[in-house]
Amino acid sequence: MEAFSTAAEIAEAVSPGRTSAIAVTEAAIARIEKHDGALNAFTTVTKERARAKARAVDAVRAAGQPLGPLAGVPFAVKNLFDVAGVPTLSGSKINRDRAPASSDSPLIERLEAAGAILLGALNMGEYAYDFTGENVHDGPSRNPHDTGRMTGGSSGGSGGSVAGGLVPLSLGSDTNGSIRVPSSFCGLFGLKPTYGRLTRARTFPFVASLDHLGPLARSTRDLALAYDAMQGPDAEDPVCTTRAPEPAVPTLGSGIGGLRIAVAGGYFERGASAEALSALATVAKALDANERIEIPEAARARAAAFIITTSEGAALHLDRLRTRAGDFDPATRDRLISGAMIPASLVTKAQKFRRWYREEVLKLFERYDAILAPATPMVAPRLGQQTMMLEGAEVPLRANIGIYTQPISFIGLPVACVPVPLQPLPIGVQIIAAPWREDIALRIAHHLEAAQVVKSPRPPL
Amino acid sequence: MGEIDDKALEAYIRSAAVALGISLEDAWMPSIRANLAVSLRLANTVAEFELPDEAEPAPVFEA
Repeated sequence: MEAFSTAAEIAEAVSPGRTSAIAVTEAAIARIEKHDGALNAFTTVTKERARAKARAVDAVRAAGQPLGPLAGVPFAVKNLFDVAGVPTLSGSKINRDRAPASSDSPLIERLEAAGAILLGALNMGEYAYDFTGENVHDGPSRNPHDTGRMTGGSSGGSGGSVAGGLVPLSLGSDTNGSIRVPSSFCGLFGLKPTYGRLTRARTFPFVASLDHLGPLARSTRDLALAYDAMQGPDAEDPVCTTRAPEPAVPTLGSGIGGLRIAVAGGYFERGASAEALSALATVAKALDANERIEIPEAARARAAAFIITTSEGAALHLDRLRTRAGDFDPATRDRLISGAMIPASLVTKAQKFRRWYREEVLKLFERYDAILAPATPMVAPRLGQQTMMLEGAEVPLRANIGIYTQPISFIGLPVACVPVPLQPLPIGVQIIAAPWREDIALRIAHHLEAAQVVKSPRPPL
Repeated sequence: MGEIDDKALEAYIRSAAVALGISLEDAWMPSIRANLAVSLRLANTVAEFELPDEAEPAPVFEA
């Protein structure tokens, strides 16, 4: 198989025996060994486990039994997913002292049940409180399109590994944008499903109110294949839906006929770079989306997401702030200590606002099936960059990378992030759908991909 | 609500750290203060948005 083969292409070749899972796995290992020094995407490569799983997949085929829809597909996970035998780092130094995980997270189990092969755990911003992909303990994840630039975060290695062709599929988490930001900076397709759609059991949390998990890939079909394989209830995650799985693959090619698509204006255009606006205009034109709408109180929604994040994050880490403050990345530590000090009354106000905002935004979905918005205000910044220009003023970079993603994940709306292959660097556009309508967001993404409006560009590796 | 001045904010941080059982180093103060100033400004933009007393938060917990 070619290094940039999609997951679907790999499964279609492995299933009839045109190639073997072990050959695909060895090629992925070789590619990781060749390029991960430059990309710094992996923190653990589970070579022997991958080889054993690949041989097991090949044995199933040799026995004449059918293989799953992801047969032989290599994948890797952000290192906040439990991987049996590996401590769940969540990007931290502190968690290196944890006992190795005793079992895999259910999403890994579900992908492997579909025939996929876990290749390892991926670099990420410390405790997922990050939009850059930089990490003081493991070094920065590097963007395959320009290794002097950020992957975006916090799912940095999830972006770098897929964009660099090391694996066709990865899993990340998204609390405020951590799947969509690396998708945008690395030129990938990313799916942040509806809040509660995919189980979060056996992953290291960050913000219980806002945490989501989802896939990153180089095609819409790969996102849908992985998403479908991972759906289903799980009593182990109290937030996980009891709805029956609603597969997206069957309707992927249904086109966009009858869908009403609008563009988010106002807040979602203010502060956007020329590249972000150009990408949005390209996608809107291809979809004939001419109507501009205002998502009400988006700036306040972003503020409320910020407050809930910093205070719930602080509560999660309070004991570690008391006993091991010196072992955090100083930037994470200072934000968490600050978060611990926000009066509870203000946090409750933010949760009350969340309810109001949800009801207002859901009214928009009575008139529209999907809303388009930029994913990030800018293309991938340089590693180490501290500030950015926003509406003519120099502001801190980190917090502002997520201004367009935060008001959306705040109420758990599903988003397919699609890459517009601008030169020299790609940038993403969010396709936002009503709760539980991932199928619509993915249909639109697939239509754009078929029309070659969006595409995961190949990096100069 | 207006901005809190640096001195008042620093006094609040030192007291809150005692209440929370967190030992602060002086070198951390400028960064914590800057973070908290931004957070309180954002929190107050949310808090000043008028909602009825009956408006309930939206946590998902179900027993």
